[in-house]
Amino acid sequence: MAEYETIEFDVLIIGAGGAGLRAAIEASSTGISVGLVCKSLLGKAHTVMAEGGMAAALANVDERDSWKTHFADTMRGGYYINNWRMAQLHAQQAPDRVRELEAWGAVFDRTREGKIMQRNFGGHAHPRLAHVGDRTGLEMIRTLQDHGIHQGIDVHMECTVTSLLMDGDRVAGAFAYARELGKFKLFKAKAIVMATGGIGRAYKITSNSWEYTGDGQSLAYHAGADLIDMEFVQFHPTGMVWPPSVRGILVTEGVRGEGGVLKNSSGERFMFGDIPDNYKSSTADNPEEGWRYVTKTDRNARRPPELLTRDHVARCILKEVKAGRGSPHGGAFLDISWIKEKIPNAEAHIKKKLPSMYHQFKELAGIDITTEPMEVGPTTHYVMGGIRVDGETQMSTVPGLFAAGECAAGLHGANRLGGNSLSDLIVFGKLAGEHAARFAQENGKPAISDADVNSALLEALAPLDSSRATNAGGAYQIQYDLQEMMQSNVGIIRQEDEMLEAVQGIEALKQRAANVAAPGNRQYNPGWHTALDLKSLLLAAEAVARSAIVRKESRGAHTRDDYKNKEEKFDSVNTIVRMGKDGQMQVTLESIPKIPAELKQIIDDHK
Amino acid sequence: MSEDLSSLKRRPWGMTLRQDTWWIVPLVVFLVLTSFVVYATWAAFQNEHYVHRNYLSPFYSPLLFTGGDMGISGDGHQHGLFGDKPGWWLLPFFSPALLILPFPAGFRMTCYYYRGAYYKAFWADPSACAVGEPRNNYLGENSLPLILQNIHRYFLYFAILFLFILAYDAFSAFFFDNDGDGKFTNFGVGVGTLVLCMNVFLLTGYTFGCHSLRHLVGGWMDIFSSTPAKTKCYDCVSCLNRQHMVWAWCSLLWVAFSDVYVRLCSMGIWTDVYFTFT
Amino acid sequence: MARVTFKIWRGDKQAGEFKEYNTEVSEGMVVLDAVHQIQAESANDLACRWNCKAGKCGSCSAEINGMPRLMCMTRLNDMNLDEPVSIEPMRAFPVMKDLVTDVSWNYRVKKKIKPFKPRLPDNDDGSWNMQQQDVERVQEFRKCIECFLCQDVCHVLRDHHKHDEFIGPRYFVYNAALEMHPLDEEDRLADLKKSQGIGYCNITKCCTKVCPENITITDNAIIPLKERVVDEFYDPLTKLFRIFKPRK
Repeated sequence: MAEYETIEFDVLIIGAGGAGLRAAIEASSTGISVGLVCKSLLGKAHTVMAEGGMAAALANVDERDSWKTHFADTMRGGYYINNWRMAQLHAQQAPDRVRELEAWGAVFDRTREGKIMQRNFGGHAHPRLAHVGDRTGLEMIRTLQDHGIHQGIDVHMECTVTSLLMDGDRVAGAFAYARELGKFKLFKAKAIVMATGGIGRAYKITSNSWEYTGDGQSLAYHAGADLIDMEFVQFHPTGMVWPPSVRGILVTEGVRGEGGVLKNSSGERFMFGDIPDNYKSSTADNPEEGWRYVTKTDRNARRPPELLTRDHVARCILKEVKAGRGSPHGGAFLDISWIKEKIPNAEAHIKKKLPSMYHQFKELAGIDITTEPMEVGPTTHYVMGGIRVDGETQMSTVPGLFAAGECAAGLHGANRLGGNSLSDLIVFGKLAGEHAARFAQENGKPAISDADVNSALLEALAPLDSSRATNAGGAYQIQYDLQEMMQSNVGIIRQEDEMLEAVQGIEALKQRAANVAAPGNRQYNPGWHTALDLKSLLLAAEAVARSAIVRKESRGAHTRDDYKNKEEKFDSVNTIVRMGKDGQMQVTLESIPKIPAELKQIIDDHK
Repeated sequence: MSEDLSSLKRRPWGMTLRQDTWWIVPLVVFLVLTSFVVYATWAAFQNEHYVHRNYLSPFYSPLLFTGGDMGISGDGHQHGLFGDKPGWWLLPFFSPALLILPFPAGFRMTCYYYRGAYYKAFWADPSACAVGEPRNNYLGENSLPLILQNIHRYFLYFAILFLFILAYDAFSAFFFDNDGDGKFTNFGVGVGTLVLCMNVFLLTGYTFGCHSLRHLVGGWMDIFSSTPAKTKCYDCVSCLNRQHMVWAWCSLLWVAFSDVYVRLCSMGIWTDVYFTFT
Repeated sequence: MARVTFKIWRGDKQAGEFKEYNTEVSEGMVVLDAVHQIQAESANDLACRWNCKAGKCGSCSAEINGMPRLMCMTRLNDMNLDEPVSIEPMRAFPVMKDLVTDVSWNYRVKKKIKPFKPRLPDNDDGSWNMQQQDVERVQEFRKCIECFLCQDVCHVLRDHHKHDEFIGPRYFVYNAALEMHPLDEEDRLADLKKSQGIGYCNITKCCTKVCPENITITDNAIIPLKERVVDEFYDPLTKLFRIFKPRK
């Protein structure tokens, strides 16, 4: 029998991106013992990929901004199925969280008055995104990391949790392997915070890294927690499309925020042709007005249609491609170089404002964005759905199990506004850390049975069993097949029959995954790691497909060809995914609690 | 005790998986610097042919001694500072360049750019990036003798002083003696004038791009916005500093050429062409 | 497009060697793509670190044809593919397995550097006023993605293993970002001179050459810090001068 090391904490945080680090800092500040487990090295989490900025109503650039406007924008962007309490807390607390980052050493771009600079972004009424060029995520994670390492947090890097262990209904610990030598670790904890991020690896074209395999969603699900709104997967409208090996890599919305325009092959700014009714009053109807908005020279100018919500822009690009007006490699043209007609020193301005985009296209595609347009197309970017949490405490439906960041659900509803995810991380990371610490202080030590640990251990070792047949490709092939299928059957535009096919396909892949073999030993073996990730990835994919089937309408990021419109009966329901008594996945619909009158009033005031 | 942190064996000298011609740069640096040092040393010991009419070789500037036993009268140069060769000089050979050259040599020896370059070319420490080294032990600039590199800024102060002296030489190079009365009062321009002016220009570009100067004029501050004048200076020095390497080589080669020019003219091998306007 | 041979170092702490792999290379591929392809086709357990595949996380550091580089930002069509392409792990750190090295030393070093200590806030809401001009120098340093390529190429670590006395270019950049931060009030110069060994740097500028973020490490971070150390420890005149005109 393989051995394992046992480590005890008051609070265990799984995931070390923005949310996990913020939660760890908060929990450790109360003086309790905190462990932090992450799949990669510290500071490499997906947060570094975030580019544009973090939304917070600081009102530094436009003093008309307030938490109320931010709240209303978030609700409208989410098609009103957001957890309104989370949207409220988020809008109210984000400014303090951003200022706190500055106190910990973050260096944001500045306004002329020396305050934190804010930029325009899709769906936000005012310039609201605090940013550092186009590497805001890096700034955030580095700030949290550099602050966190002096807080006495015990960090376990390159360590992957394979299952949660329970004491009755309550979460009691986590079982993990360390990549270096493949040794097992049992973490006992009074409370656990999930901060594992998203599920983007379930798709072929994605901006997400290998880590994004839905671990948090899957671990929580198997521990008995509810997942909600899993059908809402955000396809970012602008990912790279060429060359093939970089397909899916993100092109920040900041490009459009700085004046970038979308054009089809005939040079037409096609976004002007399709502006949804609920955004008509707030969207520019001519390029000149859009430019005045972007340059903040006219406070009454309305935003250009390129800055509409991501779901809409993604659909419009897809429509152009389908109509044969796409770019040579199946995307649309995103052009920032045109601003040289408008401003002197355009080249220097672009390099200053979008340095990593300049770099990325120059190095990877051989394109100079200061002189040529980029080719872009939709890429899987974010999952709005995830672990169902209480709006105040961030505790899931499992006692002691908390969640924050992308793996938690509620804030974004049917579609996330750009910039709201970074602020989500720090607002709810803090709350989750705070309430997890409180839970740990108020509850005793849970017990873990040896039998549970043993079965977790056996499950983790199974792919290395040499008696299993090695079919070519193994775990990698199963992952490719899943990605291919999800991309074509549960992608941007969905249909009932295709999704049913996908559900069947996932069942078949599960059978294959149950017998997958990984050659080699336990020492830093990516084949083995990929095999172990399959469980989460398949669960996440299944939850997306099954939820998407149940929501028979089009709303936000969820677009169906067979139900093209928003349906009233889905106006205020969440889809709930949970494990049934028989171990099968069950999907139900549940009404959202009624929104308080004062919040309703804020929404109406901003319509 | 140093913990053993590398399990891949270190590569012996010159070994690397690099496929480019990494050895060219250190080799060129080695050859050019060696040639310069050999020539400058030879020229310094000559103690003759450093003045041609109103031109003075930068190796011998400022003109320290113009006494009878120096073999020159210092014509054209009013700044012959002292008279005869000093009585305290004990060595059998003498040249004023030996008193002058240590200052610019010190400035270049301790220059941040040259340090990196000659450590690579002369000491193979390392020969080039990611290429194996010949020695196991390493002291760096952490202890004697290289800890002395830290006095670079004092050499900078002298280098700035020398710029004024050389500027004066270049200025003097505009005034010729048409009637042979020993008074250099005719304004004009010769090839030598241009050579000496260029010398001052390049040395100024090199000296004012110095890393130490960049620090002293503003780099030491953390907040710039409250001192616009200093910031302007800092920006100018930073701008020159970005091309410090180019300035370093151009000025080095030109200063040697200036000496060659004056020397060959003085020896009568080259003839200086000039025009006067007054 | 073409079949290309890759020589990849396989092994662990005890022993290792180059093994040759052949794979099909197509347009626009980077070295990391080739490694993944080899991993999926013929070496399932080939260990390599990666995350973002867009040059933003700094995980996939390795030595490609002898130069420290990010695998995800090294395009194959910029290389000579007639010869085998060699890929080996970073040499300044102990090997874990194949292309993966144990970089934990870096994390231990960072913990020892004195953290950010801001002055009291300028405004009632706890915020500060800073001009863009004043933060730009620090912003350059904060672009660092901690790929540790600069640490790898620095011969003080790579060849002379001064890991106990020298913190490496990455942490000089980190120190510079703190020391030159307009709000910071901490003094790290004594540490830089003594325990962090800035004097070991002999200005090879190799760190600047390999930096994938194009941070001018030597000229903008290390040399200015060396000069500040000179102010404090080697130059009596400036020391005297600073008494009348303090640095902050």
